[in-house]
Amino acid sequence: MTEWTSGDLRLTNVTKRYDTFTAVDQLDLVIPRGSFFALLGPSGCGKTTTLRMVAGLDQPTIGQIWIGLKDITETKAYQRNVNTVFQNYALFPHLSIIDNVAFGLRRRKVSDHKAKAMEALELVQLAHIATKKPGQLSGGMQQRVALARAIVNRPDVLLLDEPLGALDLKLRRQMQIELKMIQSEVGITFVHVTHDQEEAMTMADTIAVMNAGRLEQVGDPATLYEHPKSTFVANFLGQSNLLEATVKSRDGSIAELDVHGVSLRLPVDRLENGASAVWLGVRPEKLRLVANGSAPDGTGDSNRLTGVVTDASFTGLATNYLVRLPWGQELMVVQQNDGTSRVAAGAQVTLGWAPEHGFALDAKQDAHAGAQDQADDSGAA
Amino acid sequence: MSEPGGDAAVTEVQRPRRVRPSYTPYLLLLPGLAWLVVFFVVPTLSLASQSLQTGNVETGYTLTWHFQTYVDALSHFWPHFARSIIFAGIATLLTLLLAYPLSYFIAQKVGRWKNFLLVLVIAPFFTSFLIRTLAWQTILTDNGPVVALARSTHLTDLLQWVQLTNNDSLMNSRFAVICGLTYNFLPFMILPLYANLERLDHSLIEAAGDLYATPIKTFWKVTWPLSLPGVVGGTLLTFIPAAGDFINSRLLGNTQTVMIGQVIDSEFLRVQDYSTAAAVSFVLMAIIVVIVAFYVRRAGTEELV
Ligand SMILES: Nc1ncnc2c1ncn2[C@@H]1O[C@H](COP(=O)(O)OP(=O)(O)OP(=O)(O)O)[C@@H](O)[C@H]1O
Ligand SMILES: [Mg+2]
Repeated sequence: MTEWTSGDLRLTNVTKRYDTFTAVDQLDLVIPRGSFFALLGPSGCGKTTTLRMVAGLDQPTIGQIWIGLKDITETKAYQRNVNTVFQNYALFPHLSIIDNVAFGLRRRKVSDHKAKAMEALELVQLAHIATKKPGQLSGGMQQRVALARAIVNRPDVLLLDEPLGALDLKLRRQMQIELKMIQSEVGITFVHVTHDQEEAMTMADTIAVMNAGRLEQVGDPATLYEHPKSTFVANFLGQSNLLEATVKSRDGSIAELDVHGVSLRLPVDRLENGASAVWLGVRPEKLRLVANGSAPDGTGDSNRLTGVVTDASFTGLATNYLVRLPWGQELMVVQQNDGTSRVAAGAQVTLGWAPEHGFALDAKQDAHAGAQDQADDSGAA
Repeated sequence: MSEPGGDAAVTEVQRPRRVRPSYTPYLLLLPGLAWLVVFFVVPTLSLASQSLQTGNVETGYTLTWHFQTYVDALSHFWPHFARSIIFAGIATLLTLLLAYPLSYFIAQKVGRWKNFLLVLVIAPFFTSFLIRTLAWQTILTDNGPVVALARSTHLTDLLQWVQLTNNDSLMNSRFAVICGLTYNFLPFMILPLYANLERLDHSLIEAAGDLYATPIKTFWKVTWPLSLPGVVGGTLLTFIPAAGDFINSRLLGNTQTVMIGQVIDSEFLRVQDYSTAAAVSFVLMAIIVVIVAFYVRRAGTEELV
């Protein structure tokens, strides 16, 4: 307990049980003040429950919630300097837009609430509809009003529960950029809940991946992507090829791994101490694919596997391949459309990658954890 | 798809679509309109004409445009008009105070017991209005436990002091009449309120709390304004029939609590002064229309969505 400073949001051992069902399990989190923090996970993993406990709408069964040095676990929602952008926006239908935005200021008896509310509406570019009622606005506009209504109070923490969920893809991308801009402008801690991994990666400074009420891994997007700590994270954030491997030897900084009789290499620091059976992971875009016989030196990478292309699909930006290895496993390969010649299905190919692009995961985990959700997401995108 | 069929489809689209007037809505209105004409417009006109006729039951009536009947009726019966409006007003307020928490509780808090509790609310309606009102005579009777309790807690003294009763019993008093009105019209308040509060979006309550509103503020700033349509509906359904009621005042009141419905009843059926009875009915109708119009304007257009 040394890293946190005043104003950070901290959850210590927060657990929420409904009867016998544990929705959130022993959550320990530090969310630095002023950061854009994403809570990412599949449906039902406890994201909303976590947010509601921070907002004060639900009580944790066990554990404490702190803002800076203040334990706010026992305080009521209306006493917390925390605001929420609800998933369904929850705008007051009987109040005009400006009155919706000024609602929190009025309750706190801020003197120039009208002017401040107008400012917040200008920030989300909706000053011209201040006198309308929420029912007259489009979904995107309502979302921005909900944001203005929360931000105008300058809370310590702003909670956003899948605020972009109801918007179409284009508006969603646009709002992601706007949200990010607004956050850096006002400097409030944002805790953004989403089950869209791409959204989390583009927006957040730090991502916490949740699964079944537990934290899988916390880190910045690049670290999570390049060095996932579990098969769930490896599959949920992007796609991963996982190979069953045993550690043969470690000399110096490089370890030698055996994958179905093929020797592959990995930096030693990617391996847990003493680990012998692991999943060796490599991302599809890290694999280089060369048709056998086309170039004399193959790929030039030290890790190589040979196989047969079973499927090739051209997406414009890249070509996606499925390559069947001699032991039947299929690997995903993404080859950028950078001018290298494309290969047809049925071709014999060599796959190569640099050892430092690999990662190793504990072999006791399910290799397909999180993969289904991933497929759903990319299907929607 | 055969060729000719396709052709027909094309010409259908190209021909400017003429909107054929549809008579269906008017046809559907017809039974209701007929009902209104036969049972409302015609009786109202005949009542209007009756109020301006002179004569008596034996010799028959003639239309003489005798507006003096109205003047006489008002000067005679204005205390009864005033009393009816006041009693109905108090009863409406009391039903609102009783019904609002109850409806809120049933709509928002009890979960799967909702329907059961609603049935309980409506259950008294399975017995007749008359029986239910007579039951209040028993409840408020001088040697009953309610009176005993009221006396021992000095409620009777308080009621006497505010002139809702004249002595230390409860029956045959303003108090008893207002109790009867409140009780009999309570479901008319509960049902519209329930229908409204049932639709109240709970996330709005949470949003208000999230935006620093205490539970009391949340009620006045969110719950109450959003429930106004239910409040207006319930108060109208209670006030209008209560103002014209003549059963409660007759069965539970005394000679000083006579309400205007009772006056109309006796003018028509006992005194058989049809012109006065018709004039009083008309004035009552006018008063209620004015009050309701004023009320709906105040509550309706400003606050409602
Ligand atoms: N009031 C409740 N009573 C019982 N179980 C609940 C309650 N609220 C939530 N749960 C359960 O807790 C789990 C987590 O729910 P939560 O709403 O936090 O999921 P989520 O991560 O927000 O999912 P989504 O992405 O679908 O919104 C779910 O399995 C849900 O069924
Ligand atoms: Mg949720």
